[in-house]
Amino acid sequence: MNLRRDVFQAIADPTRRAILLLVASQSLTAGAIAANFDTARPTVSKHLQILTECELLQQEQSGREIHYHINAKKMKEVADFIEPFRQMWDARFNKLEDLMKNYKNKH
Amino acid sequence: MELKTKVNAEEGKHDLVITREFDLPLELLFKAFTEPELIEQWMGTKVLQFEGKKFGGWQFETSDPKGNVVFKADGVIHEFNPNKRIVRTFEMAGVPFGVQLEVSEFEDITDEKSRVNIHVIFESVAQRDEQLKLPFKQGINWAHNRLEEVMNKLR
Repeated sequence: MNLRRDVFQAIADPTRRAILLLVASQSLTAGAIAANFDTARPTVSKHLQILTECELLQQEQSGREIHYHINAKKMKEVADFIEPFRQMWDARFNKLEDLMKNYKNKH
Repeated sequence: MELKTKVNAEEGKHDLVITREFDLPLELLFKAFTEPELIEQWMGTKVLQFEGKKFGGWQFETSDPKGNVVFKADGVIHEFNPNKRIVRTFEMAGVPFGVQLEVSEFEDITDEKSRVNIHVIFESVAQRDEQLKLPFKQGINWAHNRLEEVMNKLR
């Protein structure tokens, strides 16, 4: 299974949004995060894995424990609803540029 | 690295500005905006009508592979000044975003570089924000659908 990880996938799930809110105030271990949910521990681990792959969460080793903390830079991308709009136009304009470069070579 | 495409939308205002610099001569940039077969390729939509002149009309329509229309927009051209300026109205069908006024200005930077500046004016702040949020919401919906698809395959 090759699933591209992006921030939208991360925030599409209510549990993951709750995890982000929780970790936003302080960095926590996986156990401490799981203790806040009725969901099974492996399910929470899976959510943490997705959030980490999306770079919304970052892992930090402290002694024998791994703490999760929020990646403020990536979170800003999500909070900034203009960014997807900008990316949409950027993608279109990149296409335009490629198209016209080819056009120029042919004419 | 500086972003090539910029969107400036100040909070509480009912307009936005899209700016982009291209590694293309001005004439080619303008051509891409005004020739139906070229518009179709980079905008990913069908051009039903495009009359590049004052009082000219334009209509875009996009269908999914099953033939259902998923996007439809149209408007009228108020000013058509080759390699300089296009002023047109823009209205998307089926969404409560009202009608927009679009002022696109084209200019050359060098012989091989050019820039477009698109100023979009909405009827209200709320309508502008809804339009801005559309790709954001589609992103979330798309992620939902994709997750469902993957989960169904795993079952």
